[in-house]
Parts: sequence; C-alpha cells; structure tokens
Amino acid sequence: MEELIQKLKEEIIEVLNLEEMEPGDIDSDAPLFGEGLGLDSIDALELIVLLEKNYGIKIEDPKDGRKIFFSVRTMAEYITEHQK
Amino acid sequence: MPLLIRKYCDIRKQRVVVDGKKVFGQEDDAAARLFLKSVYRHFRIDYPKFFKMDGLSKLGFLTAEILLGDPAPAQIHAPENGGIILTNASSSVDIDKKHFDTIKSREQYFPSPSNFVYTLPNIMAGEIAIRHGMKGENSVLISRQFDPELIVGITRLAFETESLTFCICGWVEMNDEHYESLLFLVGQDDGLSDGDKSREDIIFDPLNLMKRYKAVNEWKN
Amino acid sequence: MKEVFAGAENIISSLGFTCEENICAILEGRPGIAPDVKHEYSPESLPLALVERQRFGELSGGLNRKYTRLEKMFILSVKDSLARCGVDASAPDTLFLITTTKGNIELLDPAQKAAYGKDNIYLHGMAAKITRFFGNPNQAVVVSNACVSGVLGLIYGQRLISSGRYRNIIVSGGDLLSEFIVSGFLSFQSLSPDACRPFDRSRNGLSLGEGCGTIVLSEDPGIFAEGEPVRLAGGAGSNDANHISGPSRTGEGLYLAIRHALRISGMDAKAIDSISAHGTATLYNDEMESKAFCAAGMENIPLNSYKGYIGHTLGAAGVIEAAICLQSMKRNLLFRSLGYHDHGVTGNIQVIRQTQEMPVNTCLKTGSGFGGSNAALIFQKM
Repeated sequence: MEELIQKLKEEIIEVLNLEEMEPGDIDSDAPLFGEGLGLDSIDALELIVLLEKNYGIKIEDPKDGRKIFFSVRTMAEYITEHQK
Repeated sequence: MPLLIRKYCDIRKQRVVVDGKKVFGQEDDAAARLFLKSVYRHFRIDYPKFFKMDGLSKLGFLTAEILLGDPAPAQIHAPENGGIILTNASSSVDIDKKHFDTIKSREQYFPSPSNFVYTLPNIMAGEIAIRHGMKGENSVLISRQFDPELIVGITRLAFETESLTFCICGWVEMNDEHYESLLFLVGQDDGLSDGDKSREDIIFDPLNLMKRYKAVNEWKN
Repeated sequence: MKEVFAGAENIISSLGFTCEENICAILEGRPGIAPDVKHEYSPESLPLALVERQRFGELSGGLNRKYTRLEKMFILSVKDSLARCGVDASAPDTLFLITTTKGNIELLDPAQKAAYGKDNIYLHGMAAKITRFFGNPNQAVVVSNACVSGVLGLIYGQRLISSGRYRNIIVSGGDLLSEFIVSGFLSFQSLSPDACRPFDRSRNGLSLGEGCGTIVLSEDPGIFAEGEPVRLAGGAGSNDANHISGPSRTGEGLYLAIRHALRISGMDAKAIDSISAHGTATLYNDEMESKAFCAAGMENIPLNSYKGYIGHTLGAAGVIEAAICLQSMKRNLLFRSLGYHDHGVTGNIQVIRQTQEMPVNTCLKTGSGFGGSNAALIFQKM
C-alpha cells in the first residue's frame, strides 16, 4: 500500500502541475480538496482521468469522487479494491 | 477624450522590457516554458496556479503581472472596472495540439480537462482577470499580425461606454514555443503627471503602439 | 453617434438552413438534438444537434473544394443574408466580423490538413478566405472569446458603425462539432445523456450543437428588404474574475454586463419585453443566470433558452440566438423554452412554458462563457 501511495503522490504532482511540491510534502491522510492542497473542480476531473489512464478504473458516478479522492490513502484503497 | 499609455511591458527574445528598459534577460536559448519559469521566479511571484496554465496563459499572465506590479501605477484604482483586450494570430494552437494528441485514437482516448480548458485564447484574459480582480469588459481578437489599428480601435470603443477606468490591451502570441507579448496599460488623461515621458509619446494611438512593437529590432544587449 | 439597425438574419443549424426553416421547427416544438448513433464524434452516442449532412452537401455543392466545411457554411449563411438586404459585400465601407471558438480545428489532423493551405488552421486565414470569396477589401475582425463570441461580435459591430467607422457590418458566427470539441466536453463531464433541459429541476448538462448564424448591421434601416428593422441599441461585456471554467456563484459578472447594457442603451429593466438567456442547462450556469436576472430586477420578464432546440453552438450561439430574437420580435411571438417543466433554479425567473403571441418590442440577449466572460446586448424596435 505504501508503495502505491508514494507512486500516487508522484502522479498527482505530475498531472495536476503541482510544480513546487515534492511527494514528501503531501500528507497521505490530509484532505486533497478544501483546505489540503486546495484543489479545484478541474483537478477533480483530472484525477478521474488519472484513475482510468494509469489504473484502468472508470468511475461511473462522478459523485463518488468526493469519497474516493478524499485523500491519497483513500485513493490508494479504492485502487487496490477495484483494480483488475 | 484622449487615452494615454501609462506603462507597457514587452516580453520577447528572452527579455522582459518595461517602458523601454530591460528589467530581466537571459542569454541562453532556453525553451519558452523554461524562460517563462525563470521570469516567474525572478519577479518572486507567488501564485501556484501559474504552473497549471498553458504556455499562452503563462505569457499573458506574466506580462500583465509585471505591468500591474511593483511599482504599481498610481492610476490603477477600482480594478473591478479594468478591461482586458488582447489579440494574437495563433489562438491557442500549442495547447490545441496537445489536446489533439490525447484523442488521436479511440484506443488511447484520454482527453484531459486541464488541457482542454486552455484550448480557448480568451482563457489567458480570464487568468489575468482573476488574479487582479478585473471585472470590466474583456475579449480576445485574432489578427494575422500585430495590428495597432485594431487594438486601438476596439479599446477606444470600450472606453466610450464609460464603464472602464483602465484597460490592459495588446498582443500575446505563442506558436510552437515562439513567443511575443506586448501589453499596454491604458487610461484616460486625468492630468496626473507621467514623470519624464513626453505627452506626445504616450498618446494611445496606432503610431505609438507600432513604435514600441518595432523597438525589439533595436535591442542589442 | 449613429443608430445601428439589425436584420437580414440567417440561421444554419440542426433545424434547417434558413430562418424560416428554423422558426418552423421551433413552432412545432421539434428539437434538432438527436443521439450520435454513428459514434462519429466520440466513443459514446451522445445527443448532438448536427447540421443535416445530405442537404448541406447539396446546398454547398457548387462551392469549390478548397473551402472547408465550416467555410462553406459561413459562405452559405452570408449569401442568404445578403439576398435579404441591399448591402454590397465588396464595398470598402462594409466589414466582415467573424465569431468562432475553434474554426477549422479538424485541420490539426495531418490527413485533413493536406488538402488546404498552411494558413487555414488559423482563424485569420479562415476569415480571409471568406472575405475574399465576397470580394471584400478589408481584413475581417475575428472575435474568439468562448461562448460569448457571438454576442460580443454583435456589440463590437454596433460600436463600429455607431462611431462612423463602417456603414455596414456582416456579423457571422460559426462552429462545427468535432472530436476535438466533443472529447473536451466529455472530459468535463458536463454533457447531458439526453437532450438538455435549461432551467429545469432535472437538468444535468448541456447538449452540443453546431451551425452558423449571420446578422447584417447597418446605419441605414432602409437597406433591409423584409420586415421592420430593429435597432441594436447597445451592449457590454464583463468578467466574473472568479474561475476559468466555472461560473461565479453569485452571478455578479453577468449582472454587471446587463446593467451596463441597459445604461448604454438608455433603458431600464422594466423596458425589456423578453430575455434570451444563455441557458446551457448545466447545474451552475442556469443557477447563476437566474440570480443575475433577479438582481437586475428582471424576475418578471419572460425568458427562454434556445439551447433545448439547437444545442450549444459555441462561437455561433450568440449570433444564431440573436437571430432567433429578431424573428421573435418581428413575429411578436415568445418562443417556448424547450426542455423546461419544473422550475429548477433559485431565482424566480419566468421561463416561457409555451409559445404565445405577445408584442416584443425590446429583447435582451445574454451570453456567458469559459474564461469568466459575460456579455449582454439589447435589441429595440424603432
């Protein structure tokens, strides 16, 4: 799980253009939206693409996004559960 | 109702020039993306969203940032009544190509929303508006080359609506990493002194705009 | 400052190739939005409002192959408009003003690009081909400002004539659907799985459309062949200064544009007889608009969105929908806002439930778009 979390942090930094951040700067359990990294609606959509492109997981209902993308850890857990 | 050029900022050929004076430059032949990052760092701009922007928006954003930056022109008041009128030749072609690449095949079909949102040339105006709280009239027009008659014409007509206190207008062009940006801060002649500038030289008209555009040919050092 | 008149309008859309055809469909409550069962534009069979292919092929058959599909559409649209007025398109005091978001974007595909000049991908190149076809000596003014391009183009046209720069301006707005555009909106998850329902409680996204609209502006009301000419009284733009793709939650930007448009036109809110809103049927856009119209004191003015009929035609929307406004005014008809059944926005705006006869002497047309832009213009009968 920790390996996946590390990989996810790197991928998030890349696809969301978080230029001035290192994976070490992202707290695995901190909220990604709202206070956390201050991501917005476009970032949320981009994470949906990330899941599909890198992990082959398609999110059917975008409203589930809130739970799935709460933190890096919840993302990792979702991927572990749903990846074929 | 005479309009005056209060200040102008020129970003071309690895340099940033404000009111005719070079304020930053790099000698190497860095790619546009890297050069613009150096400009961002040099002016100590603190705006992480910069890194999400496409090249065109970065260019427009930086030029406007320096234009409205320190020292802030005294004439900028009520930014909510500030307008933005920008022109270019290539629209948003660089990011258009990037978006196109993400959908080239139905098998590898991953359109990216953060790319797609920038596939409109007026998004750079939106980024400037958000940064500076400018709620006035804004638009992007396309012309084959730098067209001072067009810029002056449309800007003057916008001021005639009496809804603007100032306007950022000019040319922001990027195509395959070739970049050119020349923005003017324009305001009404309110009698405030413009330092040592001769009044004739700062009247907002096509001749004065073209003079500044052509000045790049004289940049030697 | 001269008065500016608007007329000789043409619409090419999923509903037809002339105003008559489009209005006929609107009167029958017949939308142009249908599922893209051939999956031409995306892996999914989304509802799209496409211009009818075969008939377009027939109508544009006489045009040289060197013109792209969109250019042919512009030319057909302008031709129809010119046939309805006495404007000389080749005169130096006539200007072309083109509005579009992506122009010939399909030419990014090297296979497509091969057939055309290297300049053709650029909007100025496309515009130059159109003006050359009509023998016009001026460089066209090209506005590319997301979904407000059309409304803004008409506003600029009005100012250019009012100030004496030109006597006649042919404002033409066009956009065609493509994989480029549809894929982008798919990634935004903003497309409705069925035909869009502006302002309705169950609305869940927009329906994309394509087409071309032309309106002729002139200082001479006598130049129009049909009907009483309508004044384009004035308009203004604004920016939300909030987010590059999401509308402001308060509607303040649109409210500002409306307020300026009223002031510039010398009118107050009570003088407006009908409103053609942007009404894309996304959750946030329609909500925002309802707030803006109420803030402007327009909650009791009959209002509609035309996107339930023709979809969101992007850079063409402002001109096409303004042309429908002109038709509404000439016929003294308020057109039903298709797709609306249950009120689904906070602002208590009066969405038109059925087409009805009513004197329409003034009409407000608004647009809002990516980049936080808003624009509002006002038509008024003489």
